[in-house]
Formats: sequence, C-alpha cells, structure tokens
Amino acid sequence: MKWFLVLVLALAAPVTLAQERSGPLRIEITEGVIEPVPIAVAPFIAENAAANDFARQITAVVSADLTGTGLFRDIPQSAYISQVTDFDAQVQYPDWRAINAEALVVGGVTLTSDGRLIAKFRLFDIFSGQPLGEGLQFAGGTDSWRRVAHKIADQVYSRITGEDGYFDSRVVYVEETGPKNDRRKRLAIMDYDGANVQFLSDNASIVLAPRFSPTGDRVLFTSYETGFPQIYELSVGTVVKRQLDVQAEGMTFAPRYAPNGRTVVYSRSDAGNTDIYKLDLGSGQRTRLTSAPSIETAPSFSPDGSRIVFESDRSGSQQIYTMSMDGGEPTRISFGQGRYGTPVWSPRGDFIAFTKQNAGRFHIGVMRTDGSQERLLTASFLDEGPTWAPNGRVLMFTRESAGADGQPALFSVDISGRNLKRVPTATAASDPAWSPLLP
Amino acid sequence: MTVSRFALTMCAALALGACTSADRFGEDAGGFGADGAGGIAGSVSDPTSPAYFNQTVGDRVLFAVDQSVLTPVSQSTLDAQALWLAQNPDYSALIEGHADEQGTREYNIALGERRAEAVRTYLVTRGVAPGRLRTISYGKERPIEVCSDESCYAQNRRSVTVLAAGAGV
Repeated sequence: MKWFLVLVLALAAPVTLAQERSGPLRIEITEGVIEPVPIAVAPFIAENAAANDFARQITAVVSADLTGTGLFRDIPQSAYISQVTDFDAQVQYPDWRAINAEALVVGGVTLTSDGRLIAKFRLFDIFSGQPLGEGLQFAGGTDSWRRVAHKIADQVYSRITGEDGYFDSRVVYVEETGPKNDRRKRLAIMDYDGANVQFLSDNASIVLAPRFSPTGDRVLFTSYETGFPQIYELSVGTVVKRQLDVQAEGMTFAPRYAPNGRTVVYSRSDAGNTDIYKLDLGSGQRTRLTSAPSIETAPSFSPDGSRIVFESDRSGSQQIYTMSMDGGEPTRISFGQGRYGTPVWSPRGDFIAFTKQNAGRFHIGVMRTDGSQERLLTASFLDEGPTWAPNGRVLMFTRESAGADGQPALFSVDISGRNLKRVPTATAASDPAWSPLLP
Repeated sequence: MTVSRFALTMCAALALGACTSADRFGEDAGGFGADGAGGIAGSVSDPTSPAYFNQTVGDRVLFAVDQSVLTPVSQSTLDAQALWLAQNPDYSALIEGHADEQGTREYNIALGERRAEAVRTYLVTRGVAPGRLRTISYGKERPIEVCSDESCYAQNRRSVTVLAAGAGV
C-alpha cells in the first residue's frame, strides 16, 4: 500500500484570542493522566456525497483511537455551540472554549471519481487559540479507510503528547478455541484495535508466541507441526513459512528478532537443558550464547542490538538477566519477591517489561534496564507475556481466567498502570505481539 | 486422537521397525497415554499390551511445583516401566513432560523438558537403551485436568511415557 502525504494545508496566520496557558497543549503520558482531557473531534465533512459513509466511519475511528488511550474524552456533538460545516472556516475559539474543549480536530473526506479516498485534518489548540501543527492530507484506496483514520489519530496524539503514535499498527496473536484440555490454536493477525482479523495458519498443530520482524513483514513463531516444538519464520504477505534451525532431535522455541532483522535469538533444549542461541538467518549459522545447566529462555534484544535480556533459574528461581549480544557473563537485574519471566526490552530502550509471579498472583510490570524502579501495572489470576506498543508507552498481554471454563484474552495497559482494558477479539486469544508502526 | 491411535495400532500390527511418521510423535500422540487408551491398544489383561503398560504398570509420574525431582513413588513406577520395556523390546517410547498452568509459557516448556529428561535419564539407568526413548515437552499446553486448584495442578505436573511401535534407533 502506498501512502501519500499529498500536501500540507496552508492556513492563514492565527489570531491568538487568549493565552490562558503558558505554553501549547501538551500531555505528559509518564505522569499518569488522572482526568482525560476534553477534546472535540468534529464530524469529518464529506466533501462529496460518495464520501458520506467514509467521513462518518473515519470520524468514529479517530475518536475511538484517541479516547481509547484514556488520555482524552471526546465531547459529544450535542454539546457543541458552533458546528463545523466548512473545513476551511475560521475556528470560533470562544465557542469551543465555552464547552471546555482543549483541542479541536476538524476533518474533511473526499472520494475521487477514480475511487481514491482523500482525508485531511487540522488540529487546533483551543486555549492557545491557534493551530497545533499544519493541516495534513492522506490518500489511499477505499479499503484503507481505517488506516487513514489511524494515521490522522496518530498525528493528533503525537502533536499533543510529544510521543510517537501507535494506532496504525497490527498485532499478531494466537486464536484459541475448544475446551481447556483440547485447545486448538492458530496464528492470527489484526489491527491494533481488533479490526481486520486474518488467519496465518490452520489449527492442526499447537502454535505459540508469534513475534514481528522489525519491519513488520515477517513473523517468528513456534509450532508443533513436526510433532516437536520448532521455530519457524513466516512471511505475512504470502503466508509462506520455513522452519529455522532444522534438527532431528531437541526442541527450539521462544524466538525473537534482533533489531537488524537478520539475527534470531531463541531457546534450544538438549538433553533436558534449555539454553539461548542465536541464528544468522542468511548463513544459517547457529551460535550458543549460554551454557549453564539451568533454564535460560525468553530472550529479547535491546533496541540498539547490543544487549539481550532473558530469564534464567540459575539462582534457584526464575529471574531476569541481561548479557552482551555475544553472550558472556550475565548480570541479574530482578531482585524483588517472587519469580520473574518473559522480559521484553522497550522499543525506546528505557524500560524492560516482564511477567511477575508472586504469592499466587501474576503481574505485568516494568523496570528500568538496570532493574531499578520496578513497577507492577496489573494483577490477576494469570497475566503474562507483555508486548510493547511501537511507541513504548502501552503494553498488551495475555490475561487468562481461572477454572475449567477459563479462557485467555488480550488486554492492554499503559506504562503508568492506567487504562487497563480488554482488546476486542471474537474468540479467546493469547500471546499478542505488537508490530512496529506501519510504513 | 482417533487418527493417531489408528496410526499407532497400524504400526504395531505391521511391526514396522521405524514407524517415524508425524503421527507417531504427533501432538495428539499424547492422547494415547493420557486417556489410558482403554481397549484400543490391546487388552489390559494381556501383560504385553500397551493398555497393560498404561493402566497396570502406570504410564505417568507426577512432580512437585517447579520441580523435576523423582519421588520414591515415581521411581517405583519407572522401575516397573523399565522392566516392561525390557520384556517388550518391540516398543520404543516418547516421554512427554508437562507443567501446570501456574507458570509462564516458555518457562513451562523448558520445565516440561526437564521433567521428561529426568524420566528418560532414570529409565536409562535402569537399563532401557537410550535409542528407544525420546522426550518432548508440552509445557502447559496439554492439561488433562481443567480446574484451577492444586487438585488439578498436581495431575497436570506430569511426565507420560507414551509407547510407540518400533524398537527405536
């Protein structure tokens, strides 16, 4: 899919009507927003009749993306004093200020005669009385209207928070059906918000823990297709897969890409002992990185590719360690009560997310890369396997309910521990992995 | 499950030396041992039958939380398994390691492998040829009991010795 930023929309120099804040609108995510900021996502204007449905749907997705972060509240149209009927009309700041809107999103949608969808938007900082950034316009096929909406919402989010967006992204996960003692699993991929589900495998064999490549076009996963767990790489576009590190004996699992996309780290079990290896995808050369008699698994690269974080029970219980990308002496970084597993390095490099098991409960948490500032974000019967949003500010994970009818579902939470919510999926789902932001 | 049982029975009937199809070690092969297999694999009253092995000898041993240590009870079950395998050389075995749901997915795969290997190592010390034994871990993917308390977890933390026709390599 080709994305065109068709033009930057010119706007007359704003007249600042009031200055009630010292600077422009800015939300700091890390501070943990307690009260969502009221904004107005005005219904996007259909600039021709053919664009009516698209304008309505794009408005709804932009609003859902923004309010779904927990950072914003979308003021209902019924509360508006003035309606937006012309994309280029002068914004009546006092009317929006009167309903306490801190920001206003104005949009327009056109469907061209050759079937192209063009959507444009402007963002206004109401209390500063001026636009927040330039107007932008996106174009694509009609089947990409959701992506158009996500890209607009990413721009709005980014301008207000100063963080990169994460709405135009996908999630690969494991769809689960059937009873607990005969669970069927298959790989699935969807938009980050649960839309556009497609299946990437059948459910004939157990499949586990898919992981995106840094470019989002390939997926690593573990399958029992040969009868034994083995790691595979799959092309998302063609759904063609190949087995990696083929061997007659032993198991391979828990694969993840290095940031260069050409190296894979994973676990291999041999004679009951699980260690971490890396595989060069080009040459097929395998390098052993750990050689302790304990369990070493769940490796994840730092975003600069220099370090690997992993879990090991060499101390007697599951704990988190980091080591050089070439192996060598690991450094233990988890020291709290309980067991720590499934560490994942943030794409921003600032935190490591993990699963913690303590006193019969499971938690998703984050800590600094040296293990300091541990913070637990969730607690339940069984939470596990966090994955980072592309901007490193939100985590998605598996939450499984207890009992004979227990089922897994996908949940997300932001790194301040707020906005815990279920990610909609039609069936039970587990092992999410978040893609990078789409190109 | 029906398919894999059928395949296994076929292998046995044809007395193939190396029945290494995916069915033999397929993900559903566990069903053979896990269900006790009833009359599918011969009669319980026939001491040379897999049914006798599964039900009378005992095809599984259980483990404590996060452990792969074999208890005296487990060792006595495995002694009987080793004896049966010595008397029935036309079978090999796949040792499945399993974990309960109280653990993370990857760790449980590694833990299940450790349990399967503990059983394999023990059987080898009791005289079973290493070439007749393979291991696999299902981690927490194949519980047999579905409740979420210790009564079920204790049954799920197991190793199951699943017979297959063929003397191994």
